[in-house]
Amino acid sequence: MKKWQCVVCGFIYDEAEGWPEDGIAPGTAWEDVPEDWECPDCGVGKEDFEMIEIS
Amino acid sequence: MAEAVTDQAPVVIIGSGLAGYTLAREIRKRDASQPLMMITADDGASYSKPMLSTGFTKGKTADELVQADAGAMAEQLNMEIRTHTRVTGIDPGAHNVLIGDERLHYRQLVLAWGADVIRLPDAVSGSLAVSSINDLEDYRRFRQRLGGHRRVILLGAGLIGCEYANDLRNGGYDVTVVAPSEQVMPGLLPEVAASAVQAALEAEGVTFHLGVAAEAVREEGEAVQVHLNDGAMLQGDVVVSAVGLRPRTRLAADASLAVNQGILTDRLMATSVPDVYALGDCAEVEGHVLMYVMPLMASARALAATLTGEPTPVQWGAMPVVVKTPCCPVAVVPPELTEDGVWEAEREGNNVRAVYRSGTGALLGFALTGDRVIEKQALAREVPPVLTPSVAR
Repeated sequence: MKKWQCVVCGFIYDEAEGWPEDGIAPGTAWEDVPEDWECPDCGVGKEDFEMIEIS
Repeated sequence: MAEAVTDQAPVVIIGSGLAGYTLAREIRKRDASQPLMMITADDGASYSKPMLSTGFTKGKTADELVQADAGAMAEQLNMEIRTHTRVTGIDPGAHNVLIGDERLHYRQLVLAWGADVIRLPDAVSGSLAVSSINDLEDYRRFRQRLGGHRRVILLGAGLIGCEYANDLRNGGYDVTVVAPSEQVMPGLLPEVAASAVQAALEAEGVTFHLGVAAEAVREEGEAVQVHLNDGAMLQGDVVVSAVGLRPRTRLAADASLAVNQGILTDRLMATSVPDVYALGDCAEVEGHVLMYVMPLMASARALAATLTGEPTPVQWGAMPVVVKTPCCPVAVVPPELTEDGVWEAEREGNNVRAVYRSGTGALLGFALTGDRVIEKQALAREVPPVLTPSVAR
């Protein structure tokens, strides 16, 4: 499981947790998140997220 | 004759804001070795400017808003970063950036130096008690000045004024907003949506004085007096001016680049001068000055492609502007001023769905507040793009 961070606002999408508020189930891999999904905090799209290392 | 430009000359980016760093990151995704240099008047810390109006809500100090310092960014992006360095001129004929007596050679130059805050008359903005917040350093100073005080007077009821009002209120401050407009966010929101946002902020405890302007600010010991043009006087501890931004154009105009409201560019972000590009808040792209995140990110990606050998005109679809007022979220696509149409609105409490339609029923813009913002994506798909995709040839 990986985490992806919004480069604009720092919001973190955690694959383990998904984002159930938008119907994205826990365990959903980043590539399976819908292409039109947007950052819940600032509204930018998937292309503005980057993978981050988990310590 | 102009000096020969070698391939080894760097692409020089002026500015270390979201525009500059996003461009550098996008270039590095495509080209690991092209020399890159960034010149910045600031300390070069990477941070997200939109987050400056969410510090209290998210419980973050100025230091905690820093994502990485200049040293870490330089390493990560394999780029030289000159911090605390102010560019004094541009010599496009020689492909030189001037820093005092020093001349720096560039292969291509990107102006990503942002916008200046609009100042109020000296009787107001001249006062040391008045802060404006346009970068992380300003924000740090503002937080220090706030210290243990409680009463904040905000001048300006635009997007930033409303975001700060909500954020400071969430931080427990007494907030009073003063603006000459009759509604919040004029020019961005139709009246019905603006009144919902104002009502929500009032319910949170924010006080509004609309339709009046600040005439003078006077320091009275520890306190500050704001004198209004209707004769009233407000007492506070700290005053914030948030009356808008204006693209920085002076150095560009001095170098004979074409400027209007911003630095004029085509859809490749190319200015009127060869090998000089403008990106972000300082740019006017085919007549559009859009000082928001989404157009900036799309522009940075297109420009990175162009600068790495694949000329790519930017395409801007309908880009909803999201206003970070947690007590009443807003998503809006303002219709172009030239478009004729009418607003149709549904309102229930502070939840508004307003759509702007042409005589033939085409959707030209919309404003959503409260729990109606959920319709943002569906409506955005119906609105015509800002810059249409190039016609295939």
